[in-house]
Amino acid sequence: MAISLEKPWISSDRLNEVLAGHMGVFQLANDNDQTIFIGFAGGKSPGGLKHEVAEMLATFPDAESFRYEITTSYWSRFKELMALHWAEHKSYPQLNDRTQVGRISPTAAGVY
Amino acid sequence: MDLSLTQEQEMIIGLVRRFVREEILPLELKLDPDADALDAVDRDRLISKTKELGLYGLDIPPEYGGPDIDLVTRTLIAVEMAQHRAGLYAPCYGVFGGAGLAQLFEATEEQKDKYLYPTLRGEKRGFFGLSEPSGGSDPARAIQTKAVRDGDNWIINGTKLWISGADRADFGLVFARTDSSKGRNGVTCFIVDTDTQGFHVRRIVHTLRSAHYATELQFENMVVPAANILGELNKGFAIANDRLTRQRIPYAAGCIGVAMKAQEMALEYVPQRETFGAPLSSRQAIQWMLVDNDIDIKQSLWIVLEAAEKAQRGVPFRKEAAMAKLVATEAGGRVVDRCMQMFGGLGVAKDLPLERWFREMRIRRIGEGPSEVQRHVIARELLGSSLR
Repeated sequence: MAISLEKPWISSDRLNEVLAGHMGVFQLANDNDQTIFIGFAGGKSPGGLKHEVAEMLATFPDAESFRYEITTSYWSRFKELMALHWAEHKSYPQLNDRTQVGRISPTAAGVY
Repeated sequence: MDLSLTQEQEMIIGLVRRFVREEILPLELKLDPDADALDAVDRDRLISKTKELGLYGLDIPPEYGGPDIDLVTRTLIAVEMAQHRAGLYAPCYGVFGGAGLAQLFEATEEQKDKYLYPTLRGEKRGFFGLSEPSGGSDPARAIQTKAVRDGDNWIINGTKLWISGADRADFGLVFARTDSSKGRNGVTCFIVDTDTQGFHVRRIVHTLRSAHYATELQFENMVVPAANILGELNKGFAIANDRLTRQRIPYAAGCIGVAMKAQEMALEYVPQRETFGAPLSSRQAIQWMLVDNDIDIKQSLWIVLEAAEKAQRGVPFRKEAAMAKLVATEAGGRVVDRCMQMFGGLGVAKDLPLERWFREMRIRRIGEGPSEVQRHVIARELLGSSLR
């Protein structure tokens, strides 16, 4: 089972076409396809993934693309993606708060 | 037999109830519905308050600096502390502190210096590593993680599943088989530092419960010093068993607290909500749900308090603890389910805590030994040797 988010990046201009108001997690990437932000649309989000991704794209001009996963387990999935990013890069994504999350050591390529 | 609370109990419970309502609930309104932690500033502020109230580290024995409150009162406090959205798995977001891994009170002085005291000071975190993919309710047979002696060390290999907090822990108690020919007498408890080479948290296990999630661990040729054995070689089963029995009382108490809060919400709601020109409270269907809730709450509370009282007195309480866990988790599930039904659509929305309680309460019938295992424990106590 893959625990990393491996879907292809989607250009930011396709946001309205692709996203709706679901709960879930998402990543933003720069023009080198490097993950620069990990976020989630949780139970308090007024417009779900569509709203959260749009807001973050507007906040971070370096963000060129996004990918997402619809899940009601957004809280643990977000923490897992942050921990995975740390395991792979020894740092959190550039635009995330330096929130301390857990430590995991997945097998190669984030596949369990 | 006097079943009323003492003045002191009334006072402490009132204090905790006010704390939950005045300090926890307003902060919780701002958090994500699945959150399991306060931000650091709020957490530190509230820890200072619980220390001022003399209620920090409730489960720490007085000789280690705990407040010396008896187990029945601590059980009543646990009922109060659970009465908020995150209350089942993160009661009061941990601001009342805890004893950490109580098994460490039996550790050697060296082990206490390295693991127990830093945990009590809030400097270190530990996890409890018992369950495996092969099972958790029958540790005597299910444990397949193996430890093999190598001079002054042990080499541990194996997998653990459903382990909470391991990804953020500094150390853990890991149960491993040290003699495969001896069944329950061949299991040893090791204290393992999580920065040991070969210790891996492989993944978060996503379940109905998104907060306070579980993890899967893998040990690959993990070298642990013999000095890190907790208790005696091949005597780990008793440590695990004791923990499982004791844990059932606060586990049950949390379910009752949530059930009480859900019932309180329903009692406020049904006189206000009108259908077909009359308040819901005038409908017999609703009244019976409220009555059944009240009965479920009362009977599970008394069974849990009886278990706590027996444990406090130091008499055998395994049967009562199993009953408490069985009755409170099942009753809690029924109460929350009925309350959701009374609230209708609102009951399943994330606007209210009921949906989180519903998801998390379902896990309570499985975690810490499922209902069927509790019935098995009770049957064994009732039938004794004639069961075999």
